[in-house]
Amino acid sequence: MSGGHDHAHGASDLALRVEALEALLVEKGLVDPAVVDEIVRHYEEDVGPMNGARVVARAWTDPAYKRRLLDDGPAALAELGFGGDEGSHLRVLENTPAVHNVVVCTLCSCYPWPVLGLPPAWYKSPAYRSRIVREPRTVLAEMGLELPAEVEVRVWDSSAEVRYLVLPARPDGTESLGLDDLAALVTRDAMIGVAKVRGPSDG
Amino acid sequence: MADEPPTAALDVEGPAAPPRRNGELVFEAPWESRLFGLTLSLHRAGLFEWEEFRRRLIEAIGTWERSRPSGEWSYYRCWAQAFEHLLADRDLCAPGELEAKTTAFASRPAGHDH
Repeated sequence: MSGGHDHAHGASDLALRVEALEALLVEKGLVDPAVVDEIVRHYEEDVGPMNGARVVARAWTDPAYKRRLLDDGPAALAELGFGGDEGSHLRVLENTPAVHNVVVCTLCSCYPWPVLGLPPAWYKSPAYRSRIVREPRTVLAEMGLELPAEVEVRVWDSSAEVRYLVLPARPDGTESLGLDDLAALVTRDAMIGVAKVRGPSDG
Repeated sequence: MADEPPTAALDVEGPAAPPRRNGELVFEAPWESRLFGLTLSLHRAGLFEWEEFRRRLIEAIGTWERSRPSGEWSYYRCWAQAFEHLLADRDLCAPGELEAKTTAFASRPAGHDH
């Protein structure tokens, strides 16, 4: 911290401030540092898009599960052992040849943590949050997803009441793949709706 | 592994690699992860509803977007403001207390924590 160029509340100031905050909350008996350690470890190591990828792979291979997932997201997630923070209001949106779904949180950063982990930086950025609503096709194209004009784009704004997970289309050429191999194809971006799932031969 | 030199390059593939999701670190700095963990632990302890925090996060982000102060956009800076407001509103930690503690920490001699 010898730079001397920090603005008020620069990153190093914030680091100090958060350290002070933790010390105060520990002194007050409100926080156990070990609990904080465990929460951080859980979100860094245990929770992430691999959970959502398993949900998607299961839905691709099990029509009855897919129906339950679309009807009652939280219950279908719980079947696979996923739930908890931010997961109780999940709604799953199915991409079809006619409809492409994409998710945003225009006001902050609501996101289905149990199945996707914490949101990427771009999802939280002011640019994505404002532009994907106004000009979804342009933003998707900038992110590498060109959609035919006849495909309807639906933008879903997350809220306190509902979080969304996109069920992407299963790529061609994956008929012989098992659950694990299918899950390995599913990306975070596809489950937010800013990418498609590529088949094993798509490179 | 134990005799690895401390200056070894960041291992991005092996078991010691920092957590990445689609090539992105979950947190960009340690203070972000502490802040996240503190917020969630107080919520889980029943000290506030998540919606109470979310409302203040929306306020903090909205304030930044309307005023666009100098300095880069930082999502977790907004998070910190929201958390501080919540703690103050709930009488869990007064702003003056935090200022005093931060000032005290800032004046520690170098190397205090090792």
